[in-house]
Amino acid sequence: MRWVNRQPRRGDRLLLGALPILLLVVLYLFLAAQRHALNPADKILPLPSAMASGLSALLFTPDPLSGQLVFWSDTLASLQRLGIGLGISTLVALIVGLVLGVLPPVRATLGPLVTGIAVIPPIALLPILFIALGLGETAKIALIVIGISPVMVRDIAAHVGALPREQIIKAQTLGANSWQIMIRIALPQAMPRLLQAVRLSLGPAWVFLISAEAIASDIGLGYRIFLVRRYLSMDVIIPYVAWIALLAIVMDLALTYLSERFFPWAHGANH
Amino acid sequence: MNALLSLRDVWVEYGEKVVLERVNLDVAAHSFVSVVGPSGAGKSSLLRVILGQERPSRGSIHLDDAPLAPECGPDRGVVFQRYSVFPHLSVLRNTMLGLECTQAPFSARLFGSARKAARDEAVAMLEAVGLGHSLDLYPAQMSGGMQQRLAIAQALIKRPRILLLDEPFGALDPGIRSDMHTLITKLWKDYQLTIIMVTHDIREAFSLGTRVLAFDKRRHDPHAPHRFGATAVYDLTLDKKTQQLPPDNGGITLDTIRNTMEDVA
Repeated sequence: MRWVNRQPRRGDRLLLGALPILLLVVLYLFLAAQRHALNPADKILPLPSAMASGLSALLFTPDPLSGQLVFWSDTLASLQRLGIGLGISTLVALIVGLVLGVLPPVRATLGPLVTGIAVIPPIALLPILFIALGLGETAKIALIVIGISPVMVRDIAAHVGALPREQIIKAQTLGANSWQIMIRIALPQAMPRLLQAVRLSLGPAWVFLISAEAIASDIGLGYRIFLVRRYLSMDVIIPYVAWIALLAIVMDLALTYLSERFFPWAHGANH
Repeated sequence: MNALLSLRDVWVEYGEKVVLERVNLDVAAHSFVSVVGPSGAGKSSLLRVILGQERPSRGSIHLDDAPLAPECGPDRGVVFQRYSVFPHLSVLRNTMLGLECTQAPFSARLFGSARKAARDEAVAMLEAVGLGHSLDLYPAQMSGGMQQRLAIAQALIKRPRILLLDEPFGALDPGIRSDMHTLITKLWKDYQLTIIMVTHDIREAFSLGTRVLAFDKRRHDPHAPHRFGATAVYDLTLDKKTQQLPPDNGGITLDTIRNTMEDVA
């Protein structure tokens, strides 16, 4: 049988998907054990026990200075920045993308500006943001917004602009004006695409968040990773990275679920 | 019968390329005009110009003796070959959209008794096209024939003065196509519609239409095929069918509705 026709069954698929992850874990454990056999004080590839004790200090022991549980306050601070940044970007993408996609005069006016902003590497703007907005929360959120919203705006505008011309004509023959076409035809059809755009922007959003936290912050997942790097604390860095990965996966799954739950018409097979 | 729609010396040109030239056309109320012709003979351009999607480069178009605005409006309904239903709305909501847009300019949604009235009207229209049992389906769950039925119901609920069909049955299976022929003939008679249909299928054109227009170029320059545009080269009236038309009552378009209301009063 050709490989293009081999469809693994559901149980097999789970097994196949778990296989490479398990292999990587085993490989890591093997290499870590080997290093520890040579040097029991090795810090580069910590064993799971070292990670557990390193993390438990941050999880359960309050920080002597602030009195907070470091892991949870880091998580909360980072998620708050990410959430506000993503929220603002999503709203901007929806409104600007919709208007750009539906109204040709607005597209002619603002299209080049959006394109221009989109091609600037956002990290290059970080010094400007820090100078203009200070080192506080605003600059970090602004970096996320500037980093991801232009791409999202262009994606939504392109999607709305690519709606079949027939639909727009038909809506006009049904008596719809520009506003009604925007809210009844373009907006609902842009929503699943918007959720998709948020999903794809999660990766870059985390990059900008960690960068901003690494450069100027006193709390946050990215701040902690870059702080403990000075002590070669791989036993903290690796669990933190795994935690970030887990958070990202949960957000991704939640967005997929939302899209299928609220916009079933956009997921043909799931009706 | 005076003309419902009249085109006077209409040209459609794209730069050097002439698509339609000197089109003069009068369409009587309650007629079913089929437009046939080879590909590139400007059939679809004619429809777009009547629809208001395009402005003719010369000439004038009058609907009910008033010049036509170069923009689509609710007085002209349309059914395209594809993409004329909204994939994000159920069958019922697709049909109600036309009523909601007119009655609620800002929210384009109706509530309470207005909503119920719109719903009832939409359901009645969907039953007339044979979709009474599929109110909650989404277009993606329906066959091509059902989608076209929906597109027709959507257009008719606005009581258009004129219904434009752009190869509406071109993508359908032969069996379903003949069902749709029966349906459109029935709707045309029941609701006293005025229809202009563009089609590739000559048999369809003659079996449905009361008048068949053949579009083609009168002159042809082999070195510059774009220099001359197409116009109606044949204009055949099929009298037999016109006489079969039922008497003028129970129509769906605005004027006849008003008449019926006066009759009742």
